[in-house]
Formats: sequence, structure tokens, C-alpha cells
Amino acid sequence: MTKNSDRNSRGTSSLALPMPAIHRRDLLALGAGGLLAASGFRGARAQTKAAPPPPSKPTGQVVVGLSQEPTAFNPLMPGIEVDETVWMQIFNTMWLAQPDGSLVPDLAVEIPSEANGGISEGGLAWKVKLREGVTWHDGTPFTAEDVKYTLELINAPGFKARTRVGHSLVKDIKVTGPLEISWRMEKAYAPYLALLSNTFIVPKHLLEKAADPNTAPYNAAPVGTGPFKWGTRTPGDNIQLVANEKYHGKGPYLERAVLKYVPDQTALYAQFRTGQVDLIIGTGIPANFYAEAVKLPGRKVMKIPSASLEILMPNLENPVLKDKAVRKALYASINKQAIIDIIYYGLHTPTESFAPQESWAYNPGLPKQSYDLALANKILDDAGWKRSGSGTRMKDGVPLTFAVSTTTGAALREQAQQLMMQDWQQIGVKMTINNMPAAVIWGDFYTRSKFDSLLVGTAFRTVIDPDPAHRFGSDAIPAKNGNGANQMQWQNAEADALMKDGQTTFDQAKRKAIYYKLQELVREELPILPIYQYAPVEGYKEGLIGYEPNVNARQNTWNMGSWYWAK
Amino acid sequence: MSSFLLQRLMQALLLLLIVSMIGFAILHLAPGGPMSQFAAGGDMTQADLDRIAEQLGLNRPLPIQYAEWLWRMLSGDWGNSYRDQQPVLHIIASHLGATLELMLTSTLLAMLIGAWIGIIGAVKRYSLFDSIATIGTMIALSIPTFWFGLVVIYVFSVGLGWLPSGNRFTIGDGSFLNRLHHLVGPCIVLALVSTAVWSRYMRSSMLDVINQDFVRTARAKGVPERRILLTHVLRNALLPMITITGLHVPSLLSGALVTETVFTWPGMGRLFLDSISYRDYPVVMGILMFTAVMVLLGSLLADLLYGVADPRIARSGR
Repeated sequence: MTKNSDRNSRGTSSLALPMPAIHRRDLLALGAGGLLAASGFRGARAQTKAAPPPPSKPTGQVVVGLSQEPTAFNPLMPGIEVDETVWMQIFNTMWLAQPDGSLVPDLAVEIPSEANGGISEGGLAWKVKLREGVTWHDGTPFTAEDVKYTLELINAPGFKARTRVGHSLVKDIKVTGPLEISWRMEKAYAPYLALLSNTFIVPKHLLEKAADPNTAPYNAAPVGTGPFKWGTRTPGDNIQLVANEKYHGKGPYLERAVLKYVPDQTALYAQFRTGQVDLIIGTGIPANFYAEAVKLPGRKVMKIPSASLEILMPNLENPVLKDKAVRKALYASINKQAIIDIIYYGLHTPTESFAPQESWAYNPGLPKQSYDLALANKILDDAGWKRSGSGTRMKDGVPLTFAVSTTTGAALREQAQQLMMQDWQQIGVKMTINNMPAAVIWGDFYTRSKFDSLLVGTAFRTVIDPDPAHRFGSDAIPAKNGNGANQMQWQNAEADALMKDGQTTFDQAKRKAIYYKLQELVREELPILPIYQYAPVEGYKEGLIGYEPNVNARQNTWNMGSWYWAK
Repeated sequence: MSSFLLQRLMQALLLLLIVSMIGFAILHLAPGGPMSQFAAGGDMTQADLDRIAEQLGLNRPLPIQYAEWLWRMLSGDWGNSYRDQQPVLHIIASHLGATLELMLTSTLLAMLIGAWIGIIGAVKRYSLFDSIATIGTMIALSIPTFWFGLVVIYVFSVGLGWLPSGNRFTIGDGSFLNRLHHLVGPCIVLALVSTAVWSRYMRSSMLDVINQDFVRTARAKGVPERRILLTHVLRNALLPMITITGLHVPSLLSGALVTETVFTWPGMGRLFLDSISYRDYPVVMGILMFTAVMVLLGSLLADLLYGVADPRIARSGR
């Protein structure tokens, strides 16, 4: 189909940036750039010290600029991270993760634990007390029946639930009082606490009436318990939310919140400069504008922490990459600092772990990678990879060559590929580039492990829990009919045992020891080659009080109910 | 005339069927799919992905999927978007207003200015004006839209602060003046290119007529030059323009991919781009069919208007 008016197709493709192509915030950060310099985060918190008090009634509006469009409004159905920007305002979860990783009760009165008896029988029995006085936006009181309905809906056979991880273990849900609920788990599963911090509770009284909850009109005009109520939506442009004056928590202090979709990141940044959007979150401000953006008058621009990692993901069934010596040599010859400094404007932080550095489970004592071509050459020599006439090493007739794939149009990543290619050439490795559009690469090519290796931004945890079993478990390999996202096809009995222990242990100190060990094992075996942890650039207009980056939230609108303008 | 219409209609239906088959096949056979959206982040398991694909009906054989789509289409149900669950027709309708507003304004502007440049250029052929117009047209046609769009934003919004840097209107305002203000930027960008195109059409169409015998005869009879131009030349030169206008109708409704993206204009072009990158099959098919119908209607309209404007063609009865 032709679009006559814009006949310049060249334009379309180069404009497509990384933006329309990729859709996860994780991936997105790639072209956009993130940061998180070791220097620490400037920002929002410092400003609130001298902050004036919030207004007595909701006042004013905020326009949040997003480079992806929120389109899924039922928080239990398939959606991407940007959709959570809306869910967080309309709905509540039983508890919520704070920037420091702690959980704070929201719809619940306390966080269930073994200490307070909320979790018993070694993790098999759960009991939650819910908050009193919460009402849905239509005035109906919130009760334990809503929580029961939510958990049952997720497991209902015909329902298009986004994920059933953890939820599928829940059995025998019982409402033991108007605000008390209990259930049993098929097996002990510690990460469920974290999963519930991202499970938004939906109203039974509205959804049970729908003939099919998948297509209920409710999904286009949701009703929740959150600080903001659904207002209007202009598809392809914006969503307006209005203050819920009966909110049970702090705020809301803003009369209206506008979530504005600006599809081009450069255009979004221009709108931020000219003041048409009050803040940019999510994919953030492109790395190349960072230096300029921090100097903008009347704007606060900063690096913020993100749990996403940029990694080289090898396919461990690949004849070359399955050799640990090859992975070690490749890792020793990645010039991380050059990639970060030269290509990503120095924004990101090099990392050795699959866990984000803000996590309580992060092991800071892992051996540091250093860029060492001599070492890489020695590892390959020792492992029997001999240089052939062409310069490419061989072993048992197999040449040391493989492809690195990433999303077409992700300009900065494509530059990183070239840097790697040059370095690896020097150790006798022939790397080829095989890039594809987002909708292609992240399809079967990725999920069924058809790649040699991928340059990808992704995360290895369960919501905010350090458990990576669905990424690293032997039983989580989709290409081998497993149920998970272990696209590397890593199989390691020791790792399996550690992850199983981690899932069934509820004591944080004990879990910490388990995950420390797992990180050491992953660093040694290199089923992933970690490059850096993302630190995207976000910014807001001066005078906005309350914005606070939260590495444990999917989007930094997590606390929008308590935002207001200093007047 | 009615048999002509009937014949055209049958042809159109057949064409639509073929278009839908090819479109459906290409779209679904292309690697990747709507599930890739969710796979990359790593927090959905393969079981989740497989289950959702199954629930969307993506695992069934292609001919069955097509037959079902066609059947529903014929019964007036264009399906629901994978991306936001809304009915496809509803989604298209909600983006049409923005596109019409932008495209009608810029096209009218371009046609008027373009026609004026083309007429003067033809009448004063090889004059200074004509040379400047020709060079200007070539430049305008070679400027990449995305680049020009960003330049307009950079100069007039970021630099001078005269124009908003995008959007259809200020949220919470939406008055006529506010909308007009927002329309200026994208209109300049779109009109620049189309003005160049229309002026070339107009110029060559005028030149075709100007050199014909009846014009020379009129001159010989002593008809004033102004009248020759307005009644003899212009009237005939406008005939081919009707066809071009008819063929231009679909683009009025399908929008401008690049300009809409750069200027954050919530129109059809952007919807198409977003739907393609998401592999939102029902919406892409919907836009494809919608555009195909518009193309057919546009050319039919042009044929009919041509007959009205030119009695010689109407009388020949085809």
C-alpha cells in the first residue's frame, strides 16, 4: 500500500529509529540510551526537601510524554510495559515495591510473612488481610471477593491472561471474611510475593457480568480503586485520567493526568523542550541529547536506574558457542568501556551479574571483566582452537564463526556490533551480522532459539524477585518443549538446584546466599555475556513535586497519585 | 451508463477479493507476528505465549484463518485489534478525522498554489518565473519529508517558538484557532511536496492545450488573450486534473506516514505504521481493504466526473 503524500520511503526507515520497531521498554532503552552512571542519581528526592505542601484539593494537570502508546487497559491481559503507566493509576495491587526494594501494603493491611503468620506450612498456606474503606471508582466497596475473582480469572481457561506464572500454583481460594482471604499453593514459591506486587486487582461486580471478559466493554473504560479514574481516550494520541477524590491513599493532588503518545523520540524530546509535555518517562530522552538536555533551563533531566541489562545472548546449542572457552574468550575481548563511552555517551554502567545492582540479591564481589585480547587468545589456544590460513580459528574442522543478531534500525547497537566484530577479528573469531526487524527477530527466531547469538536488552528476574528460574532453568527451554524463556538453552544441574532452593526458601538472608552463589556460577559459565545495566534518561519540568525514579516499578508513574505542582 | 456502473462494480469486487487474498497471505506469511511484542522482555513464559497465540487463533492453518476473516468481513465484522481489543472499524473511524483535517487542508493549499504556479509557468514558458518555479519544484521533490519536518520543528518551534512542535491541539483547549495553529507546521511540510507535484501536472496539462489548433484559431479570430486562457485553455487543461484528483482521494484518507509521525498527528498513517510494527493483523487488513475501496471509488468518481465535465466522453456512451 502506498502512502502518496510521504513518498520518501528512505525517510520512513531512518525515522523509524529504534522506536516503532521495538516495543519493550527493555529493548527500547537500546537505541535510546540509558545511563546510571556510577556517579549516582541526581534528582527528584533532593528537590522534595524544600517542597511546599500539596494542594488541599486536586489541582492542575500533568502531561506525561510516552514514545509508545498504551493500548491494553485490562491489567490482567497481554500488555507491554507502557500499558502499566495506565494500570498503576487506575488500579491497585495488594502491596507495592518501593525504590529501596521493600514492599509496602496497599490494598492489604500487611505483607504476609512467616513471622506474622500470613505464610505458613513452609509456604503452602497464604492468608491476607485487606484494607478497610476502599471503594471502586463507581462507589462499590472493595472486598476479598474481588481478590478471589482476580486470581480465579487469571487461571480461567478461556481468559487471555498475560501470565499465569505463580498464579497457576494457587488452589483453594477461600474468602474467610469480608476483608480476609486465604489460599493454598501447590508448592512453596517465594517469588509469588513479588508477583502479587504487580498483580492488579479488578472488580468482580463489573467483570463477572460480562459475557466474555476478553472482549468486555470494561476493557476500554476500566474501573479500579486507584488514585485516578478513567477519563477519555483519543486513540493514537492521548489518554486523560481524572482525580479519584475518594482515593484511599495519599493524593491524588492533580486534577487531571494526560498520558501523551509521541511516537518519535526526537519529536518527543522537542515537545519536552518546548513545554508541551511536562515529563518524559519510559524510553526516555535519546542518549545523544543527554548532554544538551541536562542544561535545559526549567527542566530537571537525570539518569535513572533500570533493571534491564544489555547482554550478548549465546545459543548454547550452537556448535561454536557451546564451548565455554569460546564464551570466555569472547567475553574477555569485549571492550565494554569503549561501547559505553563511545557509543552510549558514557551513560550506562558495566555489570557482571544478571541481577540489577539495586537488588538485595546483587553480588558485588563477582570477578571483573577486563578487556584483554592476549588473555582471550591464550584461552582459545589452550582450548585447541587453531588459527587457519584465513586467520579464523578452527577446531575439529569447525571454523570459529557465528552471527550476532539484533533489531534492524537500532543504530547504537549496530555500532556496538561493529566494535565487537573488530575486536573478535583480532582473536581469530569471525563474527557476522544478521539483523532483522523487531516483529521478526523477537518471534520464533528468539523464542525457539534459532539464533547463533543476540544482542538484547532484557531482564532476568521475576518482577522484583531475584528468581531467574524461567530464564535459566533446564525445564524452561522453549526449543525443547520447556515452559519458560531460557532461549540460551542453558542446562546446568547445579544452577537448577540453586534456583529450586531459592524458590522454596522464604528467609531473605538465606535466599541472598543462594543467589550470590548462582551469580558466581553464571559469571563462571557465561550462559549470558553481560555488558551493561541500563540507565535511561528521564526528565521533568521544574516545579513538579513527587516524581521519584523507582527501579522496582515498571514505569516511573508508579507514585503519580502523590505528584503536584509547586505554585 | 448503468450497465457501465454495474460492470465497474463487478470488476471492483473481484479486485477487492484478490487484494484481500494477497494482502492476507503476505501479512501472515511474513516472519514474525504479534507475539514477538511480548517475548522480548523475558517475563512471559513460552506457555503464556503459546496459550495467547492459541486464543488469538494464530495457530490454525492460513486458509481457514482467511476464510473466517472473509466470512466475518462479509457479514460486516472487521474483527478486533490485537493491540487494543477495539473493533477495527471503530479504530479506523477514530483516526480518520485527524487525517482528513490535515490532508484536506494541505491538499487544497497545494492544489491552489500549485495550479497558480503551473498556469503562470505555462503561459510564460521559459521566463524567469518559470525557471525559478522549475528549480524550486525539483528541490521540493528531493527534500526528504522526515528531515524537512524536523527542520520545521527545530526552526519554528524550538528556535523561534512560533509554532507548536506537534499534536493536533493543546489538550484542554481545542478551539478553532488552537487547531489552526497546530495545523500550520505539518501543512507546510505536506503542502511543499504536493505543491511541487500539482504545479508540474498543471503546467504540462496547460502546455498540451496551449499549442492546440483551436487555441490558435481563437487567437486568429481576435478573441482577447485573457478569455482564451480562461475559457478555452484552462477549461480543457483542467480535464486531466480531474483524473489526478480522483486518484488522489485515497491518500486523503490513508494519511501521511512520516509527517504524522514527526508531528505527532494521530491519523491513519501513524495507525498503519504502529499496526504494522505490532503485526496487528486485523487492523492492517482493515486499513488495506479500506484503502483499496477508496482507490476504486476514487477512480470511479474520476471517470464519472470526467463524463460530466467533458460532454464528448459522456455522449460516446462507452
